[in-house]
Formats: sequence, structure tokens, C-alpha cells
Amino acid sequence: MTDMLSDNETQGATDLFSKFDPLIEMRRGLLSTGVTDPFGLVMEKVISPTVAMCNGRETILLGTYNYMGMTFDPDVIAAGKQALDDFGAGTTGSRVLNGTYAGHKAVEEALCDFYDMKHAMVFSTGYQANLGIISTIAGKGDYIVLDIDSHASIWDGCKMGDAEVVPFKHNDIEAMEKRLRRIPEGAGKLVVLEGVYSMLGDIAPLKEMIAVAKKYGAMVLVDEAHSMGFIGPNGRGVAEDQGCLDDVDFVIGTFSKSVGTVGGFCVSNHPKFEIMRLVCRPYVFTASLPPSVVATATTSIRKLMTASEKRAHLWESSRTLHKGLIDAGFQLGTEEPQSAIIAVIMPDLERGAMMWEALLHEGLYVNLARPPATPANMTLLRCSLCAEHSAEQVQQIIGMFTRAGKTAGILA
Amino acid sequence: MTMDRAETSARIAALIEPFNKKGVEITDATRFTDDLEFDSLTVMDFVAEIEDGFDIIISMNQQAEIENYGQLVDAVVKLQG
Repeated sequence: MTDMLSDNETQGATDLFSKFDPLIEMRRGLLSTGVTDPFGLVMEKVISPTVAMCNGRETILLGTYNYMGMTFDPDVIAAGKQALDDFGAGTTGSRVLNGTYAGHKAVEEALCDFYDMKHAMVFSTGYQANLGIISTIAGKGDYIVLDIDSHASIWDGCKMGDAEVVPFKHNDIEAMEKRLRRIPEGAGKLVVLEGVYSMLGDIAPLKEMIAVAKKYGAMVLVDEAHSMGFIGPNGRGVAEDQGCLDDVDFVIGTFSKSVGTVGGFCVSNHPKFEIMRLVCRPYVFTASLPPSVVATATTSIRKLMTASEKRAHLWESSRTLHKGLIDAGFQLGTEEPQSAIIAVIMPDLERGAMMWEALLHEGLYVNLARPPATPANMTLLRCSLCAEHSAEQVQQIIGMFTRAGKTAGILA
Repeated sequence: MTMDRAETSARIAALIEPFNKKGVEITDATRFTDDLEFDSLTVMDFVAEIEDGFDIIISMNQQAEIENYGQLVDAVVKLQG
């Protein structure tokens, strides 16, 4: 221990920001090539779920999570406006104090109906839903067994809790089973999986994995953020599609994708589930969603229950785009289209950024994804389709990719 | 049956071989990140090899405490307990 300093002495200061120097340097290097900052795009005007103005140019949006195109649905907008008028701009309080309005109960009821489950708990974001549920249900001495490619919110939930965290290789059933087998007898076990993994757009073999998890007495949590509304006969996700939703103990989801607004949730049939409202800190210690948000979510969720035509059209677009990009000569994240996400693999970050910019000049926005968000240090141009993309737009997109691919030297 | 430290160390040394691309000399003080230059993907594969080799779990929480070879050997000896 150092002695206290006298009044006329000072110690040398360590800049807490010096740990970010490598990243600052990497960004400087990338931007010095003259490429537009891929993480600084501003949409000046949003025209529809699939079109916005970016840098004064009309741009097709192929990098949003607006899978079902609900953001401009007239019923959804009307419900939001009505709630703004009736309940005001915000709740200014926690769900457990003054922040539960009729609308919050209504959206939880809509979720129970949508998933045909007994309990639903709404969080202010999807991130907080994972953070809160995972960190709260898996405690000291328990084990969390999770896929190595899990979303940041799952990892952060693990880090916030006190459980032992045991990852396994992506979608590897045998690796998962080995780890479950080695957990000491009597310990609590939580297996955490995702329906759709958002970077490559691949799905998990949930039926097999959940069967193994149950064999070892584990509880199962599945994040269906990227499948809700679209995958499964009723849009309940990959577990519904594979016929194993009844064996899932907790489904985590979000309003910021197919539902078209913001918020997160957990649905469950666990008989003691309601106690979560008192013990889950990311639920308790934050303000609840604004009334307009829960009103738009409720309307959107109820419309998604019967959106089978939209689902069919989105699948059609996904198949067309996947085939079109393969035929053009691009390398994709999955051999077959498995979701509304199609990931185009780039050789490196520099050419990925060039290609991203070339697409923007064509009038197409996609997500540029890079490590650490991506698996295996890949740079990806991530395309996510919307049910409102027309067949004509999908053809336009394939043409834009082909031209930009040649400009950026990705295609021969 | 429990292996002693020397035996465990010898087995880990054999398992580390394919990951030691630059042929760094391994001592108890060899650090995985700084000396062997393991990135996060290599760490995952290497940990899986050790776990399968000894039929143990090395949780992320335990991995956070392991920086060098000697600490890994000690941890594996203890986990086989």
C-alpha cells in the first residue's frame, strides 16, 4: 500500500482508454482507405419497411430485423397513437412499482396466446430478457451449458450470474452431451440454445439437442429472437417447427425484430414462473416500456398469429435470394436457406467494407458484421429479408450484388 | 485412479503439441495468450481437447484463473481429484 500523498504531490495518471488503442488504430486504418464508415450510417427518412433515404439516395433495406414488415402496419401505428393519447409518452417507473399499465398486461396476454403458454414476462429490451432470466435462474453451484456462438446478451447473462459456464462447439450435439454427462450429480443444469443463429442464419437441431438435455435432467432455454413470427406453422419459432416446443422450459424473444418495435420477453409454463418478477434485477431496476410501445407490440403480435401468407412469401424470397447469390458466385453461410438471414462471406474486413460501400452506392443497405460478433473471425455481409420485399426487389438485389461484387473484386 | 502431477503434465504436453504451432518450449511459466499466442478459437478447441482427454469440465469461470501451463496442470490434477 502506498502512503497518502501530501497536498503538493500528484501521481502519474493512467488513461483508462488506452485499452481501446488497438481498436482505434484498426478503425483509423480502415477509414484511411477512404471507405465510408460502415458503423456510422444515418437513415434520413424511412419510406417503408424496405426502403429508406441514406446519404440522399433511395436505398433498399436488406439489413434490418423487420422480418414481417410490421413497422408501418396501419393497425399497429393506430394502436400506438391511441396509447400515446390515452396513457402518455412514458411510465417513468419500474414494472413492480408504478410502471405496469393495462397495456403491459395486454401485451403479456397476447404473448401467452401467441405461444400458447401460461406465463409471459415483458422486459424493456431483448438483451435485458436474456440478461435477467439467465443470471437469475442459474445461481451458485448450477451449471449453464451453452453454444459457443451464443448472442452477447446470453454471454452477458452468464457473466452476471454466479453459475459455472460451460460452452460447447456450435450445434455439436455430442460435445453438448459430453459436457452434460460430466456435471456433478445433483447440480442444477440450464442448457441455453438459439433457434436461429443470427450471424450465419443457420438453425439449431433443437429436437435432438433438447432430447439430450432432458435425458440429463437439464432445464432448457431457447432464444427465438430471429424466428418469431416467421418460422413454425404459427410463427412460434424453430422449436415449434421441429415439434419440440413443449419441452422448452423458457422461450426468450424480442419485440425489436418481427414484432417491429422494441422490448423483450420470456414465456414459460413453469408453475413458479411469476416469482421472477420480484427476483430478476434487470426487470425490477429499470423503467417499463412506454405505453405506445406495448400497444404497438400487442397489435403486431396478434396480427402475426394469422400471418401465414406473409410467412410463405418471406420463405419464397429467402429461397430466391439464396439461389441467386449462389448462382452469381458468392460464398454463403449456409448451403440451404434456413431462415430470413442470408450471410455472404467476405474474404477479409477490408474487402468486406469495400463491398459494403459498393452496395450502398448501388442503393442497397446490408449489415457488415465482423469479429468479435461473428464466428471463426469471419467478415460477413448479412442480408435479412422482410416479408414486404417484393419479388421484383429481390431480383433487383441480386443484380446489385452481382455488380458490386465485380466492383469490389469479390467476383471474377 | 488419480494421476500424479508429472503424469498429468506429460499427457497435457502431448495434447498441447498440435496447438504449439511455433514450437515454443513449454515450462510451467509458459503463458497461453502471450507466449503460445492462443486466440479465443484456439482456446476453445484446446480446452475441449483437455476436457475430453481427462473426462473433466473446465468451466469458463475456472479458465479465467488459468494463465500459464503450470496453472493448467494444477487445475487438471485438482479436477480429477
